[in-house]
Amino acid sequence: MPDEKNIILSGRGLTKVFGFGRQKTLAVDHVDFDFYAGEVVSIVGESGSGKTTLARMLLGLISVTEGDIYFLGKKRDISSNKKKQEYWKNIQAIFQDPFSSYNTFHKVDAVLLDCIRMRGGGKLPRDKKVEMMAEACSFVNLKFDELTNKYPFELSGGQMQRLMIARIFLLKPKILLADEPTSMIDACSRATILDMLMQLRNEIGMTVIFITHDIGLAYYVSDNVFIMEHGKIVESGPPDEVILHPKEAYTRRLLNDVPKIYEEWDLSTVTYPS
Amino acid sequence: MPNNLPLDGINRTKKNVMLEVKELTTKYITRYDEAVYAVDHVSLKVEEGKSLGIAGESGCGKSTLALSLMGYYFAPLHYTSGEIIVDGRNISVMKPDDIRKSILGNQISYIPQAAMNALNPTRKIINFIEDVLQAHDFYLNKKEVYERASTLFETVGLPREVLQKYPVELSGGMKQRTVIAIAVILLPKVLIADEPSSALDVTSQKMVIKLLKQLLETGLIGSLIFITHELPLLYNVTDNIMVMYAGQIVEHGTAKQAVFDPLHPYAKDLMGSIIVPELGLRDVKLTAIPGVPPNLKNPPSGCRFAERCKYVRPECKAISVPLREIGDGRAYRCIIPEKELREAYQKEADQNAR
Repeated sequence: MPDEKNIILSGRGLTKVFGFGRQKTLAVDHVDFDFYAGEVVSIVGESGSGKTTLARMLLGLISVTEGDIYFLGKKRDISSNKKKQEYWKNIQAIFQDPFSSYNTFHKVDAVLLDCIRMRGGGKLPRDKKVEMMAEACSFVNLKFDELTNKYPFELSGGQMQRLMIARIFLLKPKILLADEPTSMIDACSRATILDMLMQLRNEIGMTVIFITHDIGLAYYVSDNVFIMEHGKIVESGPPDEVILHPKEAYTRRLLNDVPKIYEEWDLSTVTYPS
Repeated sequence: MPNNLPLDGINRTKKNVMLEVKELTTKYITRYDEAVYAVDHVSLKVEEGKSLGIAGESGCGKSTLALSLMGYYFAPLHYTSGEIIVDGRNISVMKPDDIRKSILGNQISYIPQAAMNALNPTRKIINFIEDVLQAHDFYLNKKEVYERASTLFETVGLPREVLQKYPVELSGGMKQRTVIAIAVILLPKVLIADEPSSALDVTSQKMVIKLLKQLLETGLIGSLIFITHELPLLYNVTDNIMVMYAGQIVEHGTAKQAVFDPLHPYAKDLMGSIIVPELGLRDVKLTAIPGVPPNLKNPPSGCRFAERCKYVRPECKAISVPLREIGDGRAYRCIIPEKELREAYQKEADQNAR
């Protein structure tokens, strides 16, 4: 069990197996990690490397086959619905696809009111709630007055993702798990979203776990980088070490696949699988 | 029609102009009869064996331009004015049916954004190739089609077994490359690729990029127009880059000039949002462009970027700004002279460094 004080979330021998018998797939394979409070960590890997499975286990959305997750030094307990909800007050997520992250039947203000209720503000007077919602919206450069009567599908992808950040602003969790938050939006809104997330982190001092396949993004935002291959963490450490001086062949290959602008991008290493 | 297309490559050394577009304007007509000019007086030129990249944020008309370039319009997109000349032939005056028969597929080919989802799951890959050949009056027997397709597939690095498979048996990256191979079976003069790699992970993306470059090098396609918002990708693939904003071209230059030495303030901001895993990135502050592109239903009368521009001047909003040519094919759309812009950028860079 991890004993250091400012470790917020850690895993020991975390494993997830899908299927059984011949169909058995080892999605996450005995993974150990420590996430410190207040840092930004990135988990980088190709598609199929198990990074989203790991994220879903951390969130408690799927069961853990083997191993333990420790939250704030104690073993995580989500055996009952009540405990699960208590846990979710501390850990929140932004998903890849903003279009399927919302309940289509709930208007924007209902989404935000839910967050206020979750923080124990359900009994507050109406105008106080509106004030809180407006504040959250203005933090992410959205106009609350224009949004109140809208359904999520009337917003653009970037706006939806920003509304997701407004939710996080209201919920103030200890940990935010961002699962490819910028892969569905274009490069210009990406900078805006990243800026907002970093600003939010500085404001409420939460830990951010980025799950991404974009190694450039991981390099830009994180204090610690974990590289995953076939369910295992193959390399970890500060980005200046891992990304600028990679030791593993897999990390080098991953780096090689990203287009460069200052160096030559070597296309000759590509081999088509047969 | 020639029945012996040289599927192992064409030597393209002549510098013919493959595609020339003059002042093309197209519009969408909404159900309330409002015209939205999504492509506004766009001129461009692509030479044989060259590639052109089109950059810009979402909603600035990149994909509409791609559709307009084909000359085949269907509601709500309508042609307004301008000329499209493919290899010396003006296609903007042709009838839609003629375009479909004799231009699309063998002169201009188009790969849409979600191309890999376009494959009918109940048919084998070879059937799609038969369809394309038949639609353009190549009546071959099954064996000849197979021979032809496998020659092409081998040239572009796809195993010939793919031909006998169903789309579900292929991975995402493989499907995308297959779609590209099908699109070039008649060796088009122009290939328009609209975000061909945005739904793929980095490894498959690199394969798609290599395939496109290979097609261009072997001469199987005459020229390439590549549309994406990922600037590092564009820089590595294309010879020239065009930046679009609100339906207009705002910057045009070689890839190197557009990425490292942009002139238009919008292009400058766009280049500031590049993320690459290289030394020095962590010291740079990413620039996020505030605001959203203007609504093209009633675009601003002056410079369309004025609302979001850091260097805005009072006269910007008053007069419409022409595209200013400054030699070697470079052009930008801003009223501020080149020298003053460079000075302003230098000053800002110095401030950020401190």
